[in-house]
Parts: sequence; structure tokens; C-alpha cells
Amino acid sequence: MTDLPVLSILILLPAVGAVLTPFLRKDPIVRWFSLLVLFADFLLALWVLLNFDPNTAAMQFGEHRVWVPNLGISYRLGIDGISVWFVVLTSLLGWICVLASWWSISIRVKEFMTCLLAMQSLMIGVFCALDMILFYILWEAMLVPMYLIIGIWGGANRVYAAFKFFLYTLAGSLLFLIGILLLYFGGGQTFDVLALMEVQYPFPLQIWVFLAFLVAFAVKIPMVPVHTWLPDAHVQAPTAGSIILAGVLLKMGAYGFLRFSLPMLPDASQYFAPMMIALSAVAIVYGGFLALAQSDIKKLIAYSSVSHMGFITLGLFTFDAKGMSGAVIQMFNHGITTGALFLFVGIIYERTHSRDIAAYGGLIKVVPLFGILFAAFLLSSMALPGLNGFIGELLVLAAAFGVSGWAGAAGALGALVGAAYLLGVYRQMLLGEVKTPGDVFVWDLGRRELACAAPLLLFVVWFGLYPKPFLTILQPSLDHLMTQLNPTAVTP
Amino acid sequence: MDLTQITSSVLASGPEIIIILGACVALMLSLVPRPGQGALLAGLSLVMIALAAAMSLTLAQNPQTAYGGMFVNDGFSTFFKMLLYLGTALTILISDRYLGTEDAAKGEYYVLLLFALSGAMIMVSGKDLLIIYVGLELQALSIYVLVGFLTTNTRSNEAALKYVILGAFSSGLLLFGLSLLYGLTGTTQLEAMGEALDSVETSSPLLALATVFLIVGLLFKVGAVPFHMWVPDIYEGAPSPVTGFMSTVGKVAAVAVILRLLIQDLAMLDPIWRGSVEAVAVLTLAAGSFAALVQTNIKRMLAYSSIAHGGFLLLGLLAGGSEGLASVMLYLLIFTVTNLGLFAVIVLLNRGAGQGENIQDFSGLAKSQPGVALMALVFLLSLAGIPPTGGFFAKFYVLVALVDAGFVLLAVFAVLLSAIAAWFYLRVIMLMYMEQNDQPAVFQVSPAIGWALIVTFTGTVLTGVLPAWFLGVSKAAATAGLG
Repeated sequence: MTDLPVLSILILLPAVGAVLTPFLRKDPIVRWFSLLVLFADFLLALWVLLNFDPNTAAMQFGEHRVWVPNLGISYRLGIDGISVWFVVLTSLLGWICVLASWWSISIRVKEFMTCLLAMQSLMIGVFCALDMILFYILWEAMLVPMYLIIGIWGGANRVYAAFKFFLYTLAGSLLFLIGILLLYFGGGQTFDVLALMEVQYPFPLQIWVFLAFLVAFAVKIPMVPVHTWLPDAHVQAPTAGSIILAGVLLKMGAYGFLRFSLPMLPDASQYFAPMMIALSAVAIVYGGFLALAQSDIKKLIAYSSVSHMGFITLGLFTFDAKGMSGAVIQMFNHGITTGALFLFVGIIYERTHSRDIAAYGGLIKVVPLFGILFAAFLLSSMALPGLNGFIGELLVLAAAFGVSGWAGAAGALGALVGAAYLLGVYRQMLLGEVKTPGDVFVWDLGRRELACAAPLLLFVVWFGLYPKPFLTILQPSLDHLMTQLNPTAVTP
Repeated sequence: MDLTQITSSVLASGPEIIIILGACVALMLSLVPRPGQGALLAGLSLVMIALAAAMSLTLAQNPQTAYGGMFVNDGFSTFFKMLLYLGTALTILISDRYLGTEDAAKGEYYVLLLFALSGAMIMVSGKDLLIIYVGLELQALSIYVLVGFLTTNTRSNEAALKYVILGAFSSGLLLFGLSLLYGLTGTTQLEAMGEALDSVETSSPLLALATVFLIVGLLFKVGAVPFHMWVPDIYEGAPSPVTGFMSTVGKVAAVAVILRLLIQDLAMLDPIWRGSVEAVAVLTLAAGSFAALVQTNIKRMLAYSSIAHGGFLLLGLLAGGSEGLASVMLYLLIFTVTNLGLFAVIVLLNRGAGQGENIQDFSGLAKSQPGVALMALVFLLSLAGIPPTGGFFAKFYVLVALVDAGFVLLAVFAVLLSAIAAWFYLRVIMLMYMEQNDQPAVFQVSPAIGWALIVTFTGTVLTGVLPAWFLGVSKAAATAGLG
């Protein structure tokens, strides 16, 4: 390992970019500059992945600096086999977002790229942070650029959506802060994540803290019944905003469960598991049926996210090795696939300015490249074997049946409904008679758009056919998490 | 009292003397009108404040009491004086332009600001109820005049009159409480009073009555609910820099007195006031946050916002101990910097005759003045308590103190209300960044306001990103105050 503070560079590179962007003169320069910065960040993230030691569950690339000693807050970074994947995912989607907004964002480009770069820095920071307060600061600071992205460059109803997004998430995360303080004063006397995992908290305290955390994470994921901000935010956000929301932000809630709730509050997690499983099952089925009823393609994908995120929470709270790894795999793959779907919806929207599913038809004949790739991502979202969505969903379903027949049945039903609405989109938009909204001319993918889609497609196929490297890196950290959940298992 | 005692006492009150001398010189200079007088007086005031600040820092090397124990220079008072200097200096920087656009440039303005400052300084250094009261009245009388400084503006006149009446009323309540305390203990000196009160039963009805009057009088001064009715009208009617001054310097001095009385010297009154102050704090937070939601005038909105921030300060007071004390002090520091920064923006938007104070006047600012809009964004986020601005750490530290002291429910309540309060700050951000404006605000940033903006912006960001030093200073001052 090197002495270079790699993670700090990974976090600060986009931040420096965000500071410099406002001083650039022309829009094209701003675009190229942001692309360059975020691509460099992505390469660095790949370097981290290649140099990652898959044989240990310990935190790697660790950094520690004193920050606010009088309150016990420090600047502590590190990644394990779980978070490294989210760092890669975030940095990948980052430069794709720049490309996706290349022409579609034509006003106030500077401000947009500044927000995007700031987002990137904060999101990578969230996945690397190993201090509760540092995590919280990054987590909450993220609301501001996202609020601006939705509110300035969004659709017609953008201001309402931006407000709803901000206030929902803020209200949730403030209770998270109280939960952190309870952990601090309840015995830890530290904000160090790894040290807090070692503390055995009394059961009543665990219950309260779990509930406080639950509110924050449930809003972010989002779980039913606090999911209502998501469709608004998704529909109104510009393409890049939707990609970031679906690809990364939603994962943070689930990541919060993985990193904090489960290892720090194992007893409360066990206690609440039936409730969590029930809520997940409801999300899967309810989200699925809502998606089935949508005529707006962005709304449909948004509700499908609610349903798919339900699989993730379901997997996490089965407390089964298979279910857990299925959930993490699903987290990563949902980021890739849903990001890609929003990208493609954005691509067609740029040409036609309509999100009405019924207004399209036979696109595969007019724009074959677009059609085939869009179909591939739809199928991946449907969890077709051989593509990336399959393995995660299968593992989760298997684990769910092991825990409760009802949960398993709900999951299976959700998968079925998912197939119905995704194939519905496929049939309506890609097959049949050729039509476009207002009969406008649509052209096929350009080089820029292919450059966005290609790496996503690569991941979709790679994880579908050969997920082993992914699992190798993931496994030690997941095993470690399992031992934290069942403290008795470690004692020989 | 022999000669050495007198000289050392005079020396100990050096900063106050410098400010009062400066005010007298400014008063004489203002009698001879000449071009550029405003800048001259502003410069003179700033120099005097700098001198006083230097002297305060020197005196802080060896804490001492003076005037037979009526006056004190300790870490606690030095911290608060520094805040008062900072707040007044920033107010002076943003005043010149405002007086110009409102056509109200008169030399007395700076004279009154300096007198108000000296009154506030006496309040934070007072160790005797009479001294504190005299300082309070000196400050209040100067501010009464400043509030009505726009002589041709009826709102300003109305505000001044209201303030005089309500201010006198609340001073009366306070004075009544003080006289009862004097009757119970036979002294006005705080330390002796604290000792004498130790032998009085806390259940004594007379003591309860005295405490109630004392608390009500003090809560009136900080604008806590239900004694807040004067705040919105007066904040709206007063000249904007004066509003900024009242909401920071005025509040800092009043809170210093509250901390000095309730946490330090008369801590034995705690069981009498705790329950009611808890209720007041919660009410203040709630009423301030909810009422601010519906305001359309930016100064009125900030009036309610400052009421809500007062609620947070009361929470720190309730947490108590050195942590609670330090959290209140850090909060005041960050609030002073942030709030005056926002007032600098308000002054920039002023178009004369009270125009430019509607929230709508912020719309489109990001397009016409991106730099100023960015600063306003940071100030608003800081007031809302969103990281990584100073406002987050201010609130965070209060929450730490609260949870540490076991008031988890109060903390939960406070964070939920700050989520509601975020709404009206966000609304201004929304107007600046997401609304179009056919007639965008056109203004040039004058050097003085530019400096004020740079200082406040840097302060707001610095306290958010590197709060350790500021925390350390507040903690040390709080410990010195309790020691």
C-alpha cells in the first residue's frame, strides 16, 4: 500500500474542480474540464479497486487526521470490500452524468457543473467516511447541490420537487444526528465508526437509535411509506440528477443500514427484522403495482426503484449470508441499471420532449442501436439470467423464502410484476408500429451517447456472466458483518 | 479606596473609556458638517473599536475585578466584548451605504452606535446588578434613537415609539425583580448576593416572585416567546443596519447578562426557573419557526428567525454546565457573523425609502450578482444549520450539550423544528437561484460592504470547516466564566 492519501485525493479532486469551474470563461471549456476531472477521478477509483486487497475485511487506504479534537470529531477515511464498489459506481456515474448533460444543459452550465462536481466529492466522501460526524456532514451537505440541480435545471414543477426532496431528507437526517449523539453518550464516547461497532449497547438504547437511524435511511432509500418524494424528484430532475439520485443517493440509505444499523445495533436489528421485512415486501409489491400503472416513463422507473430497493432491504434483514450478499450485489447493479435507464430516457426525451410511454412505438426500427441497448437495460432491470440483475435478486429471493414464505412470495410477485411493466415498456416503445410523439424525427445514438452507454453495458454483461471478482472482493467484508451480527458465532 | 485602587480600576475599564471617549470626539466632530463626514466618523469609530479590542485582549492576560468588585474583566467578559466589537464594526461597515441610499446621513448615528456599544460592554463586565442595569439602559436608550433614525419614515418612527414603551416596560419588570432580590439579600453585588441567597429557602414565595420578574425582564430583552411581540415590528421598522445591530450586539449583551446571572452567580435559582424556561424555549423555537414561514418582508422574516435562534440559545442555557455555556457562546459568535453577513446583502438590495426589503427582491439575484448570491446562499444555509457552514456546528454543539445533560427529548424537538425553519431560508435561496426577474437588482458593492461581506463569508465558512479553534476559545471562556 502507498502512503499517498488516495481517498482524500479521490474526494478532493472533484471539490477542487468545483471551486475552479466558476472561474472558467466559456461553456465548452467548462464541460471538457468537468469531464476531465471526473474521468481522472474514475481512473483513480479503478486504481484503488485494482490495488484493493481482497483477502481482508479490514479497512484499507485508511487515513486519520485530527479535525475537531474538542468534540472528538476526526477526519477518518477508509474503505472495505463493500464501500469500494460504491466508490467505483459513484465515480463511474460521475463522468457519465457530465456526458449526459453535454447539450441538454444549456443554461448556466458553470453552475451546473459546479453542483455536479460538488455532489461527486460529497458522495465519494460519504462512502469513505469512518467518522460518524464526518459522514453526517457529507451526507447532509449533499442536499444543497442536489436541491439546486433539481430546482434550477429541472422540469416544469421543479421547485416543488426540489423543496420536497430537501425537506423530506433533512427531516429524516436530523433524527439521525440525534441517534449519533445517543451512541456517543450511550457508551462509545467516540464518533469513530469502527470503535462504535465494538461497543455493546443496552437493548433499549439500541431500539431508540435504530428508530432514529431508520427514519433517515428509510427516507433516503426510500421505503414505503416515506417514498413519495422520489417520483416527484425523479420526474422533475434533469437526466444527470435522476442518474445520481437513482444510481447513488438511494444506495446511501441501504449503505447506512449496512455500515451503522446492522453492526452497531445488532439486537435492535434482529428485533425489528420482521417489521423491516414486512415493509420491504410491501415496497416490492406496492412499488411494482404503482409502476405498472404509470404512463410517464420516468415515473415508472422511479416506482420500479422503490420496488427494487425493497429487494435490497429485504435481503439485508434476512440476516442470511446469501441474502446479504444478494442485497449488496443488487445495490450495485441497481445503480448501474437504473442509472442507464434514466440515461436512455433522457436521451429520447432530448429528441422528443415527451415522457409519455404510449406516444412511442417501434423505436427499434428507427433507432436500432438505441432500441437494442435500451432493451438490454430493461432486461437487466427485469433480472434476466445472464445479465447483472439476476444473481442479486435470486440470492435475495432464496434467502427470503428461508425466512418467511410470505416475504418470499411477495418478492416473487414483485419480480413478476416487474417483468410485466418492464416488458410493457419494451413492447410499447420498441416494438409495433413506428410512432414518436408529434411525429418528430428521432436519430440514433451519437458517439457521446455511446460513450455513456458502453461502460454501463460492460458492467451489465460482466456481472451477469462472471460476477466472481465482485464476490471475491465483497466476501470478507460480508463475512465480517455476519460475525458482528451474531457475536456468538465468533467465539470458538 | 486609595489611589492605586482607583488607577487600577480605571485601567480595568479602559476599553469602555476608549469607546466613550471615541463617542464624545465623534459627537464634537459631527457638529461641524463637512463633505465626507460619514466616512471620517465611521473610520474614527472603527479605530476606536480596534483600540478597545487591543486593550481588552491585553487586560485579558490577568483577569481582575475593579471598582470594589462591581466590574470584572475575565475570560468570559473578554469573549463577549470581542463579539460586541465584531458586531459593531460590521454594523459600521454596512451603515454608510444604507444611510446614503436612505438619505439619512447624520453624524449622530455613529455616536449612538458607540454609546450603545459601551452600554453593552458595561453589561457584560458588570458584576453588580446596578452596573448591569445602567449598562442596559445606556444601550437601550441609544438603540431607541437609532431605531427611529429615519425621521421621515413613519414605520421607523412607529418602531421607535413602540420600542421605547415596551423597552421601558420590560426594564421596569427587570428592575422590580432586582429590587426584590436586593430586599432579600441586602446587596446588589452578585457574588455577595449569591452567598446570601444560599441561606434563603428556594421555596420562599418572595424569592420565587423576584426570580419570575428577573426572568421575564431578561426574556423580554432577548425576545423569547411569549415576550416577543415587539421584535417583528421593530426589526422591520428600524434601519436595516440597526436591525442587524440589535439582532446581534443587542442579543449578545442580553444573553451575556442572562448567563452571568442564571448560570454563574445566581445558579441556586435554577430549580425555580428551569421548568418555565424549558416551556419558553420550546415555545420560542416553535413560534419563531412557524411564524417565519409566512413572512414576505425579509427583515420581518429574519426577526422571527432570530426569535427561533433565541430558542436555541435558551436550550444551551438549559443544558447548563461549561458545555452548555460554551455552546451558547459559540452559537452567538457564529450567529453574529452569519446574520450580519445577510444584513450586508439586505443593505445592498435597499433602493431607498424602504424599497428592496421584500423577499421577492431577492429573485434572480444569482443571475445578476452571482458572487453576492453565493454569499447569501452560504449565510442562509448557515442560519438553517446545514453543513458545512458554521451554523451547523453552532446547532450541533448545543445538541451535544443537551444530549450530554440528558435532555434528549428537547434535542429531538429542536431538530424537528429546525427542519421546519429550513423551509423559509430555502425559499429565499429558491428565489435567488430559481426565479427569473425582469428587473434584477443592480448595485455596486462598495469597498466597506465588500469588506463586511468578506469577513462574514470567511467567518461563516471557517467556523463550518475548521471549528476547532473557535470551539476551543468558547470553551476556555466558558470555563473562565464558571471558575
